[in-house]
Amino acid sequence: MELTGLLAYNILVGIGTLVLITIGLGVIFGMMKIINLAHGEFMMIGAYTVVLATGAGVNIWISMFLLAPLVSGLLGLITERLLMRHLYGRMIDTMLATWGLSLLIIGAITVIFGNQTRGISSPVGNMSIGRFDVGLHGMVIVLTAIGALAAVACVLKFTKLGLIVRATMQNSAMASALGVAPKRVYMGTFATGTALAGLAGGVLAPISGVAPTMGAAYIAKAFITVLGGGPAIVTGTGLASTLFSPINEIVSFKATPIIGEVAMLVAAIIIVRLLPQGITGRFFRRSL
Amino acid sequence: MTSKRTGFYAAVVAGIVALVAVPQTMDMFTVMQLTGFVAMAVFALSQGFVWGFAGIMSFGQAAFLGLGAYSYAVAAINFGESTPAMAVGILVPVIFAGLLGYFMFYGRISDAYVGVITMTTSIILFNLINSTSGDAYRVGEAALGGFNGIPSVPTLNIPGDPEAVLDPNQLWYVTMGCLILCYIALHAVLRSRFGAVTVAIRENETRVTLLGYDARFYKLVAFMFSAAVAGLAGCLYTNWGAYISPTIFALAISAQAIIFVLVGGLGTLIGPILGAFVLQWLMSSVGQQSVLDANLVMGAVLIVFVLLVPKGVVPLIRDTLWPMLQHRFGARSSLEKEAHE
Repeated sequence: MELTGLLAYNILVGIGTLVLITIGLGVIFGMMKIINLAHGEFMMIGAYTVVLATGAGVNIWISMFLLAPLVSGLLGLITERLLMRHLYGRMIDTMLATWGLSLLIIGAITVIFGNQTRGISSPVGNMSIGRFDVGLHGMVIVLTAIGALAAVACVLKFTKLGLIVRATMQNSAMASALGVAPKRVYMGTFATGTALAGLAGGVLAPISGVAPTMGAAYIAKAFITVLGGGPAIVTGTGLASTLFSPINEIVSFKATPIIGEVAMLVAAIIIVRLLPQGITGRFFRRSL
Repeated sequence: MTSKRTGFYAAVVAGIVALVAVPQTMDMFTVMQLTGFVAMAVFALSQGFVWGFAGIMSFGQAAFLGLGAYSYAVAAINFGESTPAMAVGILVPVIFAGLLGYFMFYGRISDAYVGVITMTTSIILFNLINSTSGDAYRVGEAALGGFNGIPSVPTLNIPGDPEAVLDPNQLWYVTMGCLILCYIALHAVLRSRFGAVTVAIRENETRVTLLGYDARFYKLVAFMFSAAVAGLAGCLYTNWGAYISPTIFALAISAQAIIFVLVGGLGTLIGPILGAFVLQWLMSSVGQQSVLDANLVMGAVLIVFVLLVPKGVVPLIRDTLWPMLQHRFGARSSLEKEAHE
């Protein structure tokens, strides 16, 4: 019973983590059909922001929820202006450029801060499920994930901005004819996606080592979730996370976390064979 | 067409000259360094084929390089003989590519998805091999060794005689010979009917399918073919260092292959080889000083080429600079003609 509780808690935190690391990637992919291969590095920038800011005496909550997305988002904005906007419509080139950016950021951070792993402790303590102690930081992750998902959904559904964004997503030529500047929308989308990556990195910093290569630890899972989810940002990310997290956690529990990751990949490859556009490419097609 | 064939013969002759001349003229250290470069050039060739000609966005080509390297190492330790181990080192990546490719190409997924899945696969293989430390992870007599890799892998011997291990010069002959053979073999594949269909699929998959070809099958075979070449590169790379570690699966290695091809020239066979030589030389000189990080340099090169020279150097010279020169001189001579008239 206690074991089941522990597993359930882990699955819940797993879903939260997947949502959090994927939502930024999903926003950019769903809107612009671009896979941002530097996603993990924008997360890493967020994590470094938290480590450095708390080291300088800033409150950890402020650095996690405000500074980390701000710094990553600004960097994303600069990236879009300098790099991405030259490459729209050339999908493979955008992937290559973001891959180059990913290597560039890893290299730059290694040069500036060195190769060692830094840690930061969580501002919340532990709780117990029967005999087991689990970190309460998992709950912070789950709540942040719910918040991020809800925020994206609300903005898309209920605001005028969201309407413009959805219109551009469906038919950018028509939106442009009606007076919307698709380039502005893309710029905002890219910055938002990278800001969400920064948020994920910041919130995950206390439970993962902060190092220049930390992005690689998350990026595989984030890619798998985006592939499985398909084009709808909110529904896709939510559904795929809910599907993949139990697979990952249960296999990890029976074997090792690495085998859990392998199981996720196998599941994703099978899903892609059956549903080449991801889950929301076939089902819930009208969802956000 | 004739100029293309001249280029091919020139490249083969240049390769054979290098094959013979390098051990005669250079010291042992340089020969060994160049052997490593050549192994990676074979790897670049596999990327150049699958991406440039079959149009498949394989962003995780290091998966096949690493599988080849590890399979060779495990087989060589178990057999105590390198010749069948080479075969294993090529076969395992081919089978793996067949399985992965079946799901990708028969699912008819988009190019971006192929890129992401291949990349994710290589990341996860890296994590998987990284976690295999301890006695539980043995294949026969070979311990996989996790993060530490497999030390002292038996290197190539003369077939049938495990005692007769090749010296560095002989290893150069084998490695360079493999590069030349791969170049010739890929050239032959591309000139064949199969190659023509594969390139046609890259150009317009729908049209080729409507002509009655099964594009999925051709893509799958091309993918497996590139995995064979990458696996061979893995074998050669392991032989070069007599040591293999999980970093061979790293994303940076896949990125290297992409960069070699992109810089050298997409859609050519000689471009990836030249790109591999020039950039490895560049990276090894960067590696000797500590100010610039290798990742930093690779990332910058990748971004600059995607933005400014997306087709690479060889096609740039062939399609733009060379005709421009010809046109210039041609135009002038025709003007002169008009003036005479």
